[in-house]
Amino acid sequence: MKQEAAAKQIAPSASLRETWFSFLSQTLTIAGKDLRAEWRTKEALNASLAFSTVILVLFSFALDPNPEMLQEFSGGLLWLVFLFAGALVLNRSFAREMQNDCLDALLASPVPPAGLFLGKTLANYALLMTLEFLCLAEFGLLFNVRWLGAVGPLMLVMALGTWALTVVGTMFSALTVNLRLREVMLPVLVYPMMVPPMMAAMILTTDLLAGNALAGNMLWVRVLVGFDVIFTLLGVSLIDTVLVG
Amino acid sequence: MRNRILLVLTGAFAVLITWNLKNILLNLPDEARQDAIFRILYFHAPAGMVALIGFGIGMAFSGVYLATKNLYWDTLAASTTEVSLMLGAINLVTGSIWGRQQWGVWWAWDARLTSMLVCWLIFAGYLMMRRAVEEPDTRARLSAVISVFGTVNAWFVYKVIEWTPRLQHPGPVLSFRTGGKIDHTLETPFYWMVLAYLLLGVILVMIRMRQESITREIDSLRRLAHA
Repeated sequence: MKQEAAAKQIAPSASLRETWFSFLSQTLTIAGKDLRAEWRTKEALNASLAFSTVILVLFSFALDPNPEMLQEFSGGLLWLVFLFAGALVLNRSFAREMQNDCLDALLASPVPPAGLFLGKTLANYALLMTLEFLCLAEFGLLFNVRWLGAVGPLMLVMALGTWALTVVGTMFSALTVNLRLREVMLPVLVYPMMVPPMMAAMILTTDLLAGNALAGNMLWVRVLVGFDVIFTLLGVSLIDTVLVG
Repeated sequence: MRNRILLVLTGAFAVLITWNLKNILLNLPDEARQDAIFRILYFHAPAGMVALIGFGIGMAFSGVYLATKNLYWDTLAASTTEVSLMLGAINLVTGSIWGRQQWGVWWAWDARLTSMLVCWLIFAGYLMMRRAVEEPDTRARLSAVISVFGTVNAWFVYKVIEWTPRLQHPGPVLSFRTGGKIDHTLETPFYWMVLAYLLLGVILVMIRMRQESITREIDSLRRLAHA
């Protein structure tokens, strides 16, 4: 009797754990699929890397990069490049599933929409982080900015800021996938939404590159964390409405 | 019945705004430092307040649409957002004029005005998106999601921008936030203007809803004629 009761007690929690595990594995399968597809073609990565290099070169003509000016603008410049290049990656995220009605097949599969959304977000996140790391190295070389001294805190800011961009961007990529003016609508909708996290990330990055410690700016780190948490929850809970209805 | 309500509300608005304008333009004394231009406060700040309230109400209507899937609520949400966008534009234009007078430039990148501009852009995107989708159910679904994202974001923008070093605006002025720093004679007309803008918003939303129902009727008649 005791064993039976114990088994009954364990059963619900075990099934909950199983659900979680299957959700996690489905999410990772989607993320793996997207990353594999990208790794085989390298379409988005190559295009966005070339695009961000062009922007960095154009900035040098637009702004006359002397050291004092760079001190003030470095964070802003860097995050603008990330935003522009990010739109290219994010635009393709759901659009690539339109060929051969792959999106319908994905929705008909046992993967829940939230898993699909999180999987795609993770894949985009990995892509964007790689892209940003390469851009940062390029930025350091071209504009003579030393960032290796603050690499730890800088990675934290990039990780938080990029998650904000990815989670909102992937949501809107799903939302605009069937629109007539998809390529234009995504930046028009996403960029104004990005104002709070980008402001925080720009201020933090500029400060870190100027040699200041992260500890003096914890308010902006909190803004980033708050934005990430709230919009991840909103995305996960509303993606059903966007994809299925 | 609806027409009668609209008529009564319009009449009330006309009386209120005439009485308010007389009070603001003729009865109030000039402000010591700003002279006559300070009166733009009564057009600028209430419009912004009502616009932000409108975005919030738009989100609530979108939430009701998501819960009921009744397209009436979607139309109501879109009309409320449209009218709020118009009030936001009044806030931006009057703010810019006041800024030119006080700070010497049309746009000083003052944090408060900038936050309204960002909110304005978010909801302008919402309306642009609605034009890009033909199918009513999809349009309603997608715009409800944007409305929720946009309103939560607007709240973020509003709070976050206060912490930047760019705030040229005065801090809180109204007495419920400062504990009675503003003179009573200057504050009362402010609340009357908030009420006037609210009334104007309700009237415009009602007119917009009537237009929508007429459009739907014409569409169904056209379909009937073709059939």
